[in-house]
Amino acid sequence: MKNKLKVLRAERNWTQADLANQLEVSRQTINAIEKGKFDPSLPLAFKTARLFSLKIEEIFEEETD
Amino acid sequence: MNATTPSSSWQNRNKKRTRNLALWTLAWVLTMALATLGPALLWQEDKLFSMLAIGLNVLLGFGMIYANVIHLRGLDEMQQKVQLQSMGITLGIGMVLGFAYSNLDIANVIATDAEISHLMMIMAITYMISLVIGLKRLS
Repeated sequence: MKNKLKVLRAERNWTQADLANQLEVSRQTINAIEKGKFDPSLPLAFKTARLFSLKIEEIFEEETD
Repeated sequence: MNATTPSSSWQNRNKKRTRNLALWTLAWVLTMALATLGPALLWQEDKLFSMLAIGLNVLLGFGMIYANVIHLRGLDEMQQKVQLQSMGITLGIGMVLGFAYSNLDIANVIATDAEISHLMMIMAITYMISLVIGLKRLS
């Protein structure tokens, strides 16, 4: 799953640790999500969307073959 | 935004839970040593003292298990996934190699008796390796 987490984070001048603190996950988890190596659960995706005041689909995008 | 927002207490809570687990594990290991070495070195095979030491070891063992459950619940979803995979691999390796090792002993293929401590060592090493690989794959 692709996502715009890195861009959204950069726009706000947040580090991975800052975002991790806001979402109550580890910095490694933010890193894995940004790199597309780990897909967040629906509750975490909603929490992320709420934090950025966006819709889930504006942050996360399904990768189709 | 700085890293010390109220939400950063999640990290502090996790550190506290990890420290708590380490203390329970240390207590369990020390009472395990007491129960193992005590009969020969401290109380000359007195069964009452042995039973007390083993009982204390089991009690602290349950405390360690509970501390581990609290620790696992506190992890985030990716960390829990890595832990689950590592524990699954460890259980599988432990079962397969444990029974194979036992069969080697029963069939007298190996000269010495099969020791549970050998199985524990294999499981501990498997768990650590699979944890490292699991985290490395996601980093």
